[in-house]
Amino acid sequence: MSKMLEVNNLKVAVNDTEIIKGIDLEIGRGEVHVLMGPNGAGKSTLARTIMADPQFEQVEGDIYFEGENINELSADERAKLGIFLTFQNPLEVAGISVEDFLRTTKIELSGEDISVLKFKRELQNHMQELDLDQTYAERYLNVGFSGGEKKKGEILQMTVLDPDLIMLDEPDSGLDVDAVKIVSQTVADFLSDKNKSCLIITHHSVILESVKPDFAHILIDGKLVKQGGPELIERVNNEGYNWIREELGLEKVHDEVLA
Amino acid sequence: MLNTKPKQNIKQQDRERILAEKAAEREILKEARRKERAEKLKERTYVEEFDRGVYDIKNPNRYEIMLSKGLSEEIVREISSIKNEPDWMLKKRLAALEIYQKMENPNWGPDLSELDMDEIATYIRPKAQMESNWQEVPDEIRKTFELLGIPEAELDYLSGVGAQYDSEVVYHNMKDYLALQGVVYTDFESGVEQYPEIIREYFGTCLKPNLHRYSALHYAVWSGGSFVYVPEGVQVDIPLQSYFRMNAPGAGQFEHTLIIVEKGGSLHFIEGCSAPRYNTINLHAGGVELFVKEGAKLRYSTIENWSRNMYNLNSKRAIVEKNGVIEWISGSFGSRVSMLYPASILIGEGARSEFTGITFAGAGQTLDTGAQVVHKAPHTYSTVETKSISKGGGKAIYRSLVQVEEGAYGCKSNTDCQSLMLDAQSRGDTIPTIILKNDDVDFGHEAKIGRIDDQAIFYLMSRGLSEEEAKAMIVRGFAEPVAKELPLEYAVEMNELINLELKGAIG
Repeated sequence: MSKMLEVNNLKVAVNDTEIIKGIDLEIGRGEVHVLMGPNGAGKSTLARTIMADPQFEQVEGDIYFEGENINELSADERAKLGIFLTFQNPLEVAGISVEDFLRTTKIELSGEDISVLKFKRELQNHMQELDLDQTYAERYLNVGFSGGEKKKGEILQMTVLDPDLIMLDEPDSGLDVDAVKIVSQTVADFLSDKNKSCLIITHHSVILESVKPDFAHILIDGKLVKQGGPELIERVNNEGYNWIREELGLEKVHDEVLA
Repeated sequence: MLNTKPKQNIKQQDRERILAEKAAEREILKEARRKERAEKLKERTYVEEFDRGVYDIKNPNRYEIMLSKGLSEEIVREISSIKNEPDWMLKKRLAALEIYQKMENPNWGPDLSELDMDEIATYIRPKAQMESNWQEVPDEIRKTFELLGIPEAELDYLSGVGAQYDSEVVYHNMKDYLALQGVVYTDFESGVEQYPEIIREYFGTCLKPNLHRYSALHYAVWSGGSFVYVPEGVQVDIPLQSYFRMNAPGAGQFEHTLIIVEKGGSLHFIEGCSAPRYNTINLHAGGVELFVKEGAKLRYSTIENWSRNMYNLNSKRAIVEKNGVIEWISGSFGSRVSMLYPASILIGEGARSEFTGITFAGAGQTLDTGAQVVHKAPHTYSTVETKSISKGGGKAIYRSLVQVEEGAYGCKSNTDCQSLMLDAQSRGDTIPTIILKNDDVDFGHEAKIGRIDDQAIFYLMSRGLSEEEAKAMIVRGFAEPVAKELPLEYAVEMNELINLELKGAIG
């Protein structure tokens, strides 16, 4: 499979503190990768750096997308190439409705004008899939949303904007059982298109049962310390990360078992 | 307190007479316009020169007559005589002049020391020879018009070049429609001429000449403006827009607006326009007096955008009687310095005031704006909701007064003011004054000042919007509570204006 994303020797700092300490990662077309690791390991930082979050400084290394070096590209330019990130804590934008926002971004990304009615219909279909209320489209973006509505909103944006590489940063945290099922199914459906690739960050195994990662990466203290297939997920699932720490000669941490 | 009961009520029996008068007036106006056009081709009349003068563009090369500096009694008398005013109006002007000459600039708020009053006085002079044309309008202003997509006909007015016949036709058609309902809608000079008793009774009673130095100046040299009278029980179902008669003489400088909505009547009046109005002299000191009678409702919407050399020292006031409602929608853009605090005086039980405002201060600008409410009667209600945006080192200051008088028990007042600073150089301040003279008041005040959130910008950018578009979207959302109160075309224009401000495209 051809490489969609390639990360070489990436080092990332925030306020002069290095958080990502030299990472290599390749994601091929149609592949699903899961990024696991204890809290604070740098998982979100990695995803956000790939999206060009200006609060993180890429101090070393290169990021390629579809063979093109994107180090110097801003977030919107990367979005236009087809990269997408769901936020753990989506931001509130008062005064802008979900529909208005999504239509504006869709037009921006596709470069074509989209009729209001046609877009409304499409949006309603996607909202139904996610079991979102009809009025959701008219509400201001993330303002006064419940945790579940915010998470579903991120997935809604993903389905509407139709990117090639999706990075899902804990799309399932704080969701009830039903919502996790709906979100998992929507993501799995999205990835049934084998031109799409995915990097998912999660602490839970339920979503992985639907999304079915091909590869697993373990990130501890800013480094990818272990990589493998589904069997690695299984083991982390049962045993946590301490066995890896042991292998690496690191200090053990308690209470770290996946839900 | 004021006697706000009109001596002359426009009732059913008077309507026929007014309609007949209107028809005659229309004929006269038609004839006058024909003549005017013809004369324009040859030489302008003396009166025309003056009427156009105060808002036209100065051409320094042709400007030959340099008159004595300072505002004098002679100038004021001249203005009055050219307008063929009754003696009482001249006396009001002269009394105001006397107040003006004694008063100083306010000792608070933005610095006004750079206002050159001598220069202004010279321009006010009716004999000043001023000619202008489109070519003399500064480039940046012309550019802005183009960016805003202002129709060509409108351009003439906005650039101060001259009369605009399309809108005049619209205006006169509208006048006919309103006249059938007994509504009077005319320029202020015609108001003084045709409805002297009403004007004499109300003029200067709501907004007093001694309020501050620039209200005194306003009363001494006022020119142009609107007079609207809505009879008892009449609901005016179309918004009246000063735009439709913006070719009235003197509009946009020292214009006087007087609106009376009688018992149970309702009106929406829209003033202004989103394109920056260029004026030769850099002072705008208009006066707005609104009388809202028992159970009446008046919505007064303004979008102002002044050229960047302008000192906008405008005064607006409403007196609201029992169960009456005043709604202010106010958008302040442009100018070098603005001081604008529309006031609602709630004198009757159950009277209500709602103020919604937005202010945008860019580089080099100080916009000191807000609202005032005085609760003089029991069970009166007020809300103030404002949004200020500052960018590129601009200063947006929210300044307000809410006063509840001793006998005004059971009142409710709520203020919510938010400031959004788009960068570290810009400033947003809130300076509220609250005076509660009794304990039986339900009072709320909330102020929020913040800088635009970098993470919110990144969030929107990650969805494909450029940094500029992301900021514009956040600001547009911030302004939404104001935009949704405006008629659609004005809301669209305001959004466009915000976009241009953000791009720094306005000269």
